[in-house]
Amino acid sequence: MEAFLSNIDRVVDGFSWTVRLTLLSAFFSFILGILLTAMRVSPVPLLRGLSTAYIEGIRSTPLTLVLLFCGLGLNSALGVSLADSVALDVFWWAVIGLSAYTSCFVSETLRSGINTIPLGQVEAARSLGLTFTQNLRLIVVPQALRTVVGPLGSVLIALTKNTTVASVAGLGVQEASREMKLMFDQGIAPVLPTFVGFAIGFLILTLPMGYFFGWLSKRVAVVR
Amino acid sequence: MTSTPLVVLENVNKHFGDLHVLRDIDMTVNSGEVVVVIGPSGSGKSTLCRTINRLETVDSGTISLDGQPLPAEGRGLAKLRSDVGMVFQSFNLFAHKTVLQNVTLGPMKVLKQTKAQAEARGMELLDRVQIGNQANKYPAQLSGGQQQRVAIARALAMNPKVLLFDEPTSALDPEMVQEVLDVMTDLANEGMTMVVVTHEMGFARRAANRVVFMADGQIVEENTPDEFFTTPRSERAKDFLSKILTH
Repeated sequence: MEAFLSNIDRVVDGFSWTVRLTLLSAFFSFILGILLTAMRVSPVPLLRGLSTAYIEGIRSTPLTLVLLFCGLGLNSALGVSLADSVALDVFWWAVIGLSAYTSCFVSETLRSGINTIPLGQVEAARSLGLTFTQNLRLIVVPQALRTVVGPLGSVLIALTKNTTVASVAGLGVQEASREMKLMFDQGIAPVLPTFVGFAIGFLILTLPMGYFFGWLSKRVAVVR
Repeated sequence: MTSTPLVVLENVNKHFGDLHVLRDIDMTVNSGEVVVVIGPSGSGKSTLCRTINRLETVDSGTISLDGQPLPAEGRGLAKLRSDVGMVFQSFNLFAHKTVLQNVTLGPMKVLKQTKAQAEARGMELLDRVQIGNQANKYPAQLSGGQQQRVAIARALAMNPKVLLFDEPTSALDPEMVQEVLDVMTDLANEGMTMVVVTHEMGFARRAANRVVFMADGQIVEENTPDEFFTTPRSERAKDFLSKILTH
């Protein structure tokens, strides 16, 4: 355990990248998820089709493949660069891959929330003369969001842990699990305590998330 | 009373699958008129009510409001709906908004009133339905009768040309029916154009200018309330009235 603790700064640095990956990917997947959901429930068949195809396609692809496609495919093979330094370049590609993947789950969660809203809410909004987008923005999405706060928390927790794939799937992105593997490779950390240490690190990140989202979902719940 | 036709339905037909729910409906509602639609369950009266602001589409025939045919969709339809108030059986107040926010949402977002304007008018309407002191509560904190009165205020806030009521008292506990009917009777007396689908025969007698009796998707009989309730002409109406007036 001492060897682990003496390298605690490396551990903290690793997790700081995990947090950055998580927060940025969470932000973009949330925005993209709302957009996909709006398309999915829109009256325009083309938009519905595009959204369904995207969600079914990406959701069925393993995250490893999505990230490999971003890293080896778009970044290395096609040479699309997002930043000057390699470390930042692969970091942003990881954010894109994680967001593309997670947005599907955000969207499906939101859609399940929309399905819990009684049709009467939508009809009442229509009867006042609200347009489709106003209806979505003012009535449907706010209520749907409130009902899916808990499940969205689960998506965020899954995303936090999924960031570890970014280091092994061709991108070699700096994050906690990569730091752990480096510490093993350099022979500076005993295996078991280090494993446990990093696992606790993830627990420290995700447990409060779970409790926070549980608390929030009770607080914003819509009483019918 | 003026006799300008406000809502005109011509030869309207609608099917739900094999079921022919509206058969060749012709109906005119004049400005300032209160039309009560009654009939047995499944006779198509709610569907008829809902076609007037196109919450239900029709298969054939035309519906027009103030001389304009209903647009099929889009902004034109939204505009038309803002002129047609609707009160639902299950109230349908926005569950995540306060009572006052429910009443001000339409005026602010559709009529583009300022918040101050909408709230002043909203409070006026809430006071009128005697619910002003509950303005900051959420719908779930109110009784059914109170919620329905808020729903009426919400519809009135849009200054609609016509108000549609789709069985507004059917989901209420018996002791709350009267408070809602009182508000509706006041509106009728003030000359609001109303189409009311209801089972409340007392309200029909008291407030209606005309009773429309529907059965099996057709308008079987139309008459003044007095004539209809005392001397119904059709067998279907006699049968219906005998069932509801004898218990």
